[in-house]
Amino acid sequence: MKYSLFTLAAQALKGHRGWPRAWRRPEPKPAYDVVIVGGGGHGLATAYYLAKRHGLAGGRGGRGPSIAVLEKSWLGSGNIGRNTTIVRSNYLLDGNERFYELSLRLWEGLSLELNYNVMFSPRGVLNLFHTDAQRDAAIRRGNAMLLNGADAVLLDREGVRRYAPMVDLDNGRFPVLGGLFQPRAGTARHDAVAWGYARAADRLGVDIIENCEVTGFDIRAGRIHGLETTRGAIRAEKVGLAVAGHTSALARLAGLELPIESHILQAFVTEGLKPFIDTVVTYGAGHFYISQSDKGGLVFGGDLDGYNSYARRGNLPMVEHVMEIGATMIPRLKRLRVLRSWGGIMDMTMDGSPIIDKTPITGLYLNGGWCYGGFKATPASGLSFAHLIAEDEPHEAARAFTLSRFASGHLLDEAGTGAQPNLH
Amino acid sequence: MRIQCPNCGERAIEEFTYRGAAAPERPALDAPLEAHFAYVYIRDNPAGRHLEHWHHAGGCRAWLVVERSTTSHEICSVRLAEDQEAQGAGAGQ
Ligand SMILES: Cc1cc2nc3c(=O)[nH]c(=O)nc-3n(C[C@H](O)[C@H](O)[C@H](O)COP(=O)(O)OP(=O)(O)OC[C@H]3O[C@@H](n4cnc5c(N)ncnc54)[C@H](O)[C@@H]3O)c2cc1C
Ligand SMILES: [Zn+2]
Repeated sequence: MKYSLFTLAAQALKGHRGWPRAWRRPEPKPAYDVVIVGGGGHGLATAYYLAKRHGLAGGRGGRGPSIAVLEKSWLGSGNIGRNTTIVRSNYLLDGNERFYELSLRLWEGLSLELNYNVMFSPRGVLNLFHTDAQRDAAIRRGNAMLLNGADAVLLDREGVRRYAPMVDLDNGRFPVLGGLFQPRAGTARHDAVAWGYARAADRLGVDIIENCEVTGFDIRAGRIHGLETTRGAIRAEKVGLAVAGHTSALARLAGLELPIESHILQAFVTEGLKPFIDTVVTYGAGHFYISQSDKGGLVFGGDLDGYNSYARRGNLPMVEHVMEIGATMIPRLKRLRVLRSWGGIMDMTMDGSPIIDKTPITGLYLNGGWCYGGFKATPASGLSFAHLIAEDEPHEAARAFTLSRFASGHLLDEAGTGAQPNLH
Repeated sequence: MRIQCPNCGERAIEEFTYRGAAAPERPALDAPLEAHFAYVYIRDNPAGRHLEHWHHAGGCRAWLVVERSTTSHEICSVRLAEDQEAQGAGAGQ
């Protein structure tokens, strides 16, 4: 069913009891042309663009769908439903910035494209700076963004006061000098992104199979032939991995060793408030980012806990640290109660940038290493991963995200901190 | 998470700085490039027991080799890195 004002009115008359399922619940078929492992944002987006732009769904002369997404749990149970929903394209390095700017452009039209309201809200992202050196770095970053077709505005203290009056500009240790503002950046509703891509892919004939964990690969003579899953063996011509924090574990089953560590990142939400912050603000004298959800809760987070983890829950010292930084930046936060906190597992690469590439195994493709910034990447990641799988050639915007760059030295290290994943 | 430092006793995690996996060993200077590449970039990244280096930066400043579960955060054993070193290469594997 296409969602429209007309269907809404018709359903309203029926007391909203007639809405059909947003996507089917198909049984896995014995074989597919392409199987995507991981029903998070990236896996679902990949399946959608494969079907939409590469005409792969309903392939094999119309003999049924030939793309499947296999998800070990329920759809959206991973990081796609755990992140702080910040969408921006304010990267410094060309290899990153052109990709994230493509992603932001896709975000701008996403609700229309998917016929699903992903609640993309370009409310702007404001990065504060507190020293002359940070201001120089912000100017350089802003220029790099402009050169890549993105938008960036340098704000002085008055500018910051106008956009973010709740920020304490004069805190004793780290007075705010100004900020780098990206007006087109913002937030989106994370679950809706997963549901919207799932529904749109399903309508194009993609089989989305939940509660189906991939437990092994059928690899013979250097080529992929299929997968073993908890719901039986499935043959596949091509397989794309998009399992975020579990990339190392899954790739190991295919004999691949990767430059990735899994780390825990926590996030927090407060009780609901009246409108208080209408943009996204990040602190420059510590790692802290905050926005307000449409329900009124303040959503915020900070650094990784900093040690390898698959536990999906963090420790209290980082909770305390995040609260301290938040209260330094916005003292009024002290009066609020935090309702919930949770964690997600990040696949941190050794240079802090992602991987979208072929693997040494023919027909096996890798999408991973999204660190703590993969939500904003969802549309462009799906688009370029679909391109790679369909054409066997990297997408123009994702050319830098090779697996070989760690050996060749063509690293994409935005932070310049070297092969130390917990510092990226 | 609290770490039992062999020198200082049980201390809160905030006193320690994490470096990363302790298993990779620095290859000899004349080892092939691939060995150096693997040492710097490739990680086992297990879901389960993991050997790792922690620095007791807020205490005795010793480097520790900690065995910890990455799924439960349970700390299984702690040794001084210098003792580990004395036991010879790969002793922790
Ligand atoms: C607390 C937190 C805050 C964040 N904040 C931001 C932010 O503000 N902005 C931003 O851009 N990014 C943010 N991120 C990062 C972003 O959420 C991730 O980079 C991104 O969601 C990862 O891609 P995904 O959606 O495909 O991952 P996931 O949703 O994790 O999808 C991977 C899926 O693979 C499945 N899977 C794993 N193994 C198997 C298997 N063997 N078989 C079948 N399925 C399997 C998992 O169950 C999971 O559903 C944040 C992350 C966290 C945790
Ligand atoms: Zn000590």
